[in-house]
Amino acid sequence: MKTYLIKRVLFLIPLLLGVTLLTFTLTKALPGDPVFSLVGERADPGVIEKIRKELGSEKDIVGQYLGYLKLLIRGEFGRSYHTNRRVFDDIKMKFPNTLKLAVGAMMIAVPAGLLFGFVAAQKRGKLLDRIISVFSVSGMSLPVFWSGLLLMFVFSLQWKILPPSGTGGLQYLILPALTLSLPALGILSRITRTTVLEIIDAPFVKTAQAKGIKELKIQLVHVFRNALIPITTVIGLEFASYLNGAVLTETIFGWDGIGRFTVEGIIKRDYPVIMGCVITGTLVFIGINLLVDILYHYLDPRVRIDGRNR
Amino acid sequence: MEGTGKLCAAALVFIALLSLFAPVISSYDPNGIDLDSLRRPPGPEHFLGTDNKGRDVFTRILYGGRISLGIAATAAFFSLLIGMILGLCSGYFGGKVDLLLMAVVDLVLSFPALLLAIGIGILFPSGIHTVVIAIVTVGWASFARIIRGQILMLREAAFIESARSVGCSHARILFRHLLPQCIPVMLVMAGMKIGSFILTESSLSFLGLGAQPPTATWGSMISANRVYIASAPWMVLFPGAMIALTVFCCNILGDILRDRYGLNIKGRI
Repeated sequence: MKTYLIKRVLFLIPLLLGVTLLTFTLTKALPGDPVFSLVGERADPGVIEKIRKELGSEKDIVGQYLGYLKLLIRGEFGRSYHTNRRVFDDIKMKFPNTLKLAVGAMMIAVPAGLLFGFVAAQKRGKLLDRIISVFSVSGMSLPVFWSGLLLMFVFSLQWKILPPSGTGGLQYLILPALTLSLPALGILSRITRTTVLEIIDAPFVKTAQAKGIKELKIQLVHVFRNALIPITTVIGLEFASYLNGAVLTETIFGWDGIGRFTVEGIIKRDYPVIMGCVITGTLVFIGINLLVDILYHYLDPRVRIDGRNR
Repeated sequence: MEGTGKLCAAALVFIALLSLFAPVISSYDPNGIDLDSLRRPPGPEHFLGTDNKGRDVFTRILYGGRISLGIAATAAFFSLLIGMILGLCSGYFGGKVDLLLMAVVDLVLSFPALLLAIGIGILFPSGIHTVVIAIVTVGWASFARIIRGQILMLREAAFIESARSVGCSHARILFRHLLPQCIPVMLVMAGMKIGSFILTESSLSFLGLGAQPPTATWGSMISANRVYIASAPWMVLFPGAMIALTVFCCNILGDILRDRYGLNIKGRI
């Protein structure tokens, strides 16, 4: 376990170098000069020169990259070209909102997904199974920017019971969280169904039934516990991708999180913002994947983590 | 499930035919602005209404389908091609080649997919080609990983060993002996992934990074008209319904294919 952990952490270094190099290349190669977008194309050449120097875009490309890495190691993502605020501060301020949305979406998707998947597996082949199956695939197939708009149309514009957009308390959270939860709900319910079906026919379940253990206890203790492993992976992956900022959902509902911040950075060609968001996002993504792998170990002692084929 | 599968396949063929024969089906110009009929609700003259420039929504959906479906299919083809070649090499040669290629795959997969696609979408000048490049960049990695896994299983099989012992070249073993074995997996994967490719395309279009106006795509129709959702919901409702329906059918078909061929594709794809 220890060697595995060390290996995983060591693997982070080339991964992060690769990620930073990639984001760096992406942002540098972008069309549009950030200096012009800051002061306008008709600004005094002296002013432009001065800003260019401040931004470090005079040095050659390798120097710029090394400079950026140095800043990163100090936890400094630079300042936004537009607001001149520290990107790190902005991310720190917006991250709780993204976290709130992600947790909100998971609080809908996980219980509902598990319940649907479990029920579908128990009623295999019956009408209820088919209805749940159609519902789950629909959840995965809906474009979130469309389902979000529809929810907004019904609940905010027609019935006027929830605010259409903004960041704030529970009433602001419900619609975006619901929108975001639909794909995860679909995926979770299907994974749960498949896994439970695999386990339900296993010999140890038959043994438990033969011993006369109550059906509910069999389902909860024997079946459910074994189904948890693949389910945990999916929950982890979905949660990690939500923490990256639900780009589309946050944009539609005007939710002041990382996802909207990223999109705004992209539209304004605000390179430090884009880089900062992508790097934090990737860190979170990798971190949660690592956590999930470690969780495996506790959920299922049979998993020999070191020898697992990844 | 069989009946559902046939229904979905029929629906997909129907949608594809509608897009293909768009000029025959509709007499309207998809980009023709008609200021006399702005935001008309669905009716006999305009089957699905008109948008904020008086363009026929139904016609634009038909023409938009050409772009959306065309991009998804092209992206699937190239993802498959790149993933296949790299996966074959990675699994067959092993060693350092494998290590390097799988490190790249890990790198791509550890990126949040939509963010990477957006990054690429703004790196190149906006347009159809850029969307294909963005989707392929995100999409090839999972193909490569799955195909590598297949090759790892097949590599030590007796028929490969005998091919090697009669002196077949690497290229011959790779393309004549190993490749055909992977075709069912590749088809199933393409079926399962094409739905998500359509979603990615529409998301990029929605963000304004896809085909540029006035060209219609399903995603851009939604983003261009979303401010009118209260007064003219049909302009948003129908293009989104087309995306949802198409992706739904693709996903169902992908599942059926997977079950039929008894393939056990696990992991993140």
